[in-house]
Amino acid sequence: MNIRIIPKLDIKNQNLVKGINLEGLRVLGDPRKFAETYYKEGADEIIYHDVVASLYQRNNLTSLIKNTSENIFLPMLAGGGIKDINEVEAILKSGADRIFLNTAAIDNPNIIDDIVKKFGSSTLVVSLEVIKSDNKFICRKDFGREETAKELVSWIMEVEMRGAGEIIVTSIDKDGTGLGFDLTLAEKLSKNLKVPYILNGGISSIKQIDDLLNCSNPSGIAIGSALHYSYIDQSFKKKDFMDGNIDFLKKNKNYRNFGKLKISNIKNYLKKKFKK
Amino acid sequence: MNDIAILDYKMGNLFSVQCALNFVGIKSIITDDIEIIKNSKSIIIPGVGAYPEAMKRIKEKKFDKIIYEFNEKKKLIIGICLGMQLLFSESYEIKKTKGLGLLKGDVKKFDEKKQNGSNTSFNVGWNEILLNSKKNIKNNYLNSLNKKKMYFIHSYHINTFEKSIDTSSSFFYKKKFVSSVEKNNICGFQFHPEKSGPDGLKIYKNLKKNLLNYESAI
Repeated sequence: MNIRIIPKLDIKNQNLVKGINLEGLRVLGDPRKFAETYYKEGADEIIYHDVVASLYQRNNLTSLIKNTSENIFLPMLAGGGIKDINEVEAILKSGADRIFLNTAAIDNPNIIDDIVKKFGSSTLVVSLEVIKSDNKFICRKDFGREETAKELVSWIMEVEMRGAGEIIVTSIDKDGTGLGFDLTLAEKLSKNLKVPYILNGGISSIKQIDDLLNCSNPSGIAIGSALHYSYIDQSFKKKDFMDGNIDFLKKNKNYRNFGKLKISNIKNYLKKKFKK
Repeated sequence: MNDIAILDYKMGNLFSVQCALNFVGIKSIITDDIEIIKNSKSIIIPGVGAYPEAMKRIKEKKFDKIIYEFNEKKKLIIGICLGMQLLFSESYEIKKTKGLGLLKGDVKKFDEKKQNGSNTSFNVGWNEILLNSKKNIKNNYLNSLNKKKMYFIHSYHINTFEKSIDTSSSFFYKKKFVSSVEKNNICGFQFHPEKSGPDGLKIYKNLKKNLLNYESAI
């Protein structure tokens, strides 16, 4: 078992941002600083997500990816607002290894086939932003803003059939809360998915990861807030942060109930768990 | 003169390879210009994607001829991921396709049962490389990297028909497969050293040393 620990960096303009339930984005600083720290701590992969791209209809990540590639030698998964093959090409050319899609796949599922045909399954990850509603799991688009008619399991089956190499599932209900991933959702995914999958949303402690691994077998776990706030807590320096709403950061406070989660500690835990 | 030409046939993450070379101080160029390639000290064949399409493009760009030329002159040839698979005799990906044939072996799909019973053929993630400890194996690239984890992303793997060219092996679930090869001036890695953190970069540092050694030998 080699479960990847994947810091997920949400990007708005040139800033790292983080919200709660995909809303109320707070500016946290220069994404490269965070990425470098996670690289040094032993991250297995980095996710860059342009979270306003879908809304503004353009992806803004290529210069950040290029910049990151120069001194961070890790697999990079990037996405947000990708609409066509040319954008896929531009992102891969700048140094990303794989791309992910949500909105474009929902609006026009054929794009999955097209990308698979041109770049192979291994390059394409389909992203699902899932919300619980009347005990059903429904997919959303445009970074959780727009409801769709896609129900989780039927959409997964379609996405797999069309050739997605991996799937990343975000629990909108848990995102940014630090309350752990939705275990009912994890079980459902583990029962229904054939392709490898990454779980994202809510994870802030090793105990939560343990609970998660006892009911599902993801190929990766994506973590945002818990890592970002631990890093800010440890090494806050005003000059590391650029423009935007930095009033919160200046207070140098940790946020809500996030403890100190370090990648190295998660790795040690995983080593022990799978040694048995 | 460039130390290394990274063959550009529009498949795979060429920029990351160049970044890793830059990082260790190897001068490289991403190019499909035959003259520029000829004037380089060695070549890297990168690649992610499907085997038949890759071979088609290699031939269209006349890269095959130049690769054979490099081999005759005993200049270094390095294949990464699909680029390594192309060095072998043939592949069964999509349809049976002849490769460059510099190394004897073929390329086949994983077909492993996952723990929960579903089939999987896609290996994405970090796996240990176990160095071949046989004494007659020369291993110029992986010194001190035994049991280190490297980043893999592939669903096809090589079977070597030549003895003593496999420098390391790895496991995908219970299936053991060859994860790197070396024969004289040719070497290949199934994983991506440029995406494997500081340990991966050590391979590029070793490459730098090997380049110098080759230069003085030629």
